Amino acid sequence: MMLIDTLAQGLLLGGLYALFAAGLSLVFGIIRLVNLAHGDLIILGAYLILTVTTITGLHPFVAVLLAASLMFGLGWLLQTHLLNRVLGADILPPLLVTFGLSVVIQNGLLSGFTADSRKLAAGAIEAQSVDLAVVTLGVMPLLTFASAVAVIFALNRLFYRTALGRAFRATSDDAVTAELMGIGPQRIFAGATGIALAVATIAALYLGTRANFDPSIGPARLLYAFEAVIIGGLGSLWGTLGGGIVIGMAQALGASVNPERQILSGHVAFVVVLLLRPRGLFPRASD
Amino acid sequence: MSALLQIAGLTAHYGDFQALFGVDLTLQDGETLAVIGANGAGKTTLMRAITGIAKVTAGTVTLAGEDITRLPAPEILTRGIAMVPEGRRLFPSLTVEENLLIGAHARKGNGHWTLEKVQALFPILKERRHNPGTALSGGQQQMVAIGRALMSNPRVLLCDELSLGLVPVVIKEIYAAFPRIKASGTSIIVVEQDIGQALRVADHVHCMMEGRITLSGRPAELSRSAIHDAYFGVSHA
Repeated sequence: MMLIDTLAQGLLLGGLYALFAAGLSLVFGIIRLVNLAHGDLIILGAYLILTVTTITGLHPFVAVLLAASLMFGLGWLLQTHLLNRVLGADILPPLLVTFGLSVVIQNGLLSGFTADSRKLAAGAIEAQSVDLAVVTLGVMPLLTFASAVAVIFALNRLFYRTALGRAFRATSDDAVTAELMGIGPQRIFAGATGIALAVATIAALYLGTRANFDPSIGPARLLYAFEAVIIGGLGSLWGTLGGGIVIGMAQALGASVNPERQILSGHVAFVVVLLLRPRGLFPRASD
Repeated sequence: MSALLQIAGLTAHYGDFQALFGVDLTLQDGETLAVIGANGAGKTTLMRAITGIAKVTAGTVTLAGEDITRLPAPEILTRGIAMVPEGRRLFPSLTVEENLLIGAHARKGNGHWTLEKVQALFPILKERRHNPGTALSGGQQQMVAIGRALMSNPRVLLCDELSLGLVPVVIKEIYAAFPRIKASGTSIIVVEQDIGQALRVADHVHCMMEGRITLSGRPAELSRSAIHDAYFGVSHA
């Protein structure tokens, strides 16, 4: 019974990690850009939701709509005016620029919001749970997991059922030939980063309502996101969900043995998968 | 007939290396023009310069009176120049049907070429529509690449080395589609190393060597020895 409860908690925690990772996976899959500021952008999203709720009094679940729209715009501008300028055959410039961006965001948040821990108040829902006889699951973890599945499903539909998705995949395959089809890769990249940051804001909603956050915790979220993307297989969105679940379950199992081993267990699972399946568990066929 | 595409003094560089030296070329409306030449003659660079992929350093490209030199590639496509690139370059993560549909991505309004008409031109593409584009044979991939370019309803279709790596029977099958493409109102420029094939389909032939046009004329006007000399840069005698 205890094992089932542990695995169930791990599964739901995996949903949060998949949300952290979905935007990273999207940007890597289309632009081949490793965004080292992704974790900090999630934290920026959490502070943006906090600001909206503080100013307007809106519930975080409503405020996230406005925050996600603003983050989409920020992603578009960031890609258009900064990241597109450093993309090219050399992978070092975008890595350095996103690393610098990470430092700027952390220090900007520190100046604006201090180092104090914050939390998004979602109200009574935070303490509610569902009794399923075998296990009792919190409503927030269930909502997090359901949102992760919904986000991955929506991104998958966008990718494989729409003209924009076709353009995303074509640009990812061969940006020069995509230009010959009338597709502007730079606009496609801007759209992809915009969507990635909107998804990061959804991740920020659940991060901020479930736990405290402060300006310094972005890099650790980036690490979880990286591990989920690599475990799942680069470029595979459902694989990213699978990767998040593997880390979540490994952490839950590790914590059940010794709470101090929770984080370490996730990293060990990552290393084991990397050793056994270097291309991840569900690699995209064309990669 | 009137000049649809006018290329004047076109010069292009790859870094310090000059690939085109003041190329002049005119495509009349409704005409098929062939550019022949050996490897490295500058044929592909000429196609890439017309479509905005290669950087033009001097000269002009004019389409129906509009100067389109140095426009970005997507804008050149929307003005009516589509290219079948050398090596087909299909998108591996797209199915055959998706590869065709992506050709219409920037299309505005209706035109002759629809998915159904392209599939009627090359019926195998309908049978294989759910296969990954790159899972097809070389000839079928070439048909996808031509169909993909036609989906934008171009006024000018540039075909770069259609026959490369294909057996003669497949090349013949592909070129058999040309009269229907021309009948749709599309003018064509083919770049070929296969001189015989180029002479069969073209109204005008231009031979290139080392980035320059070395010979021009109607196929019937050009002697084999003149073509040989222009193609290889040596005297036939």
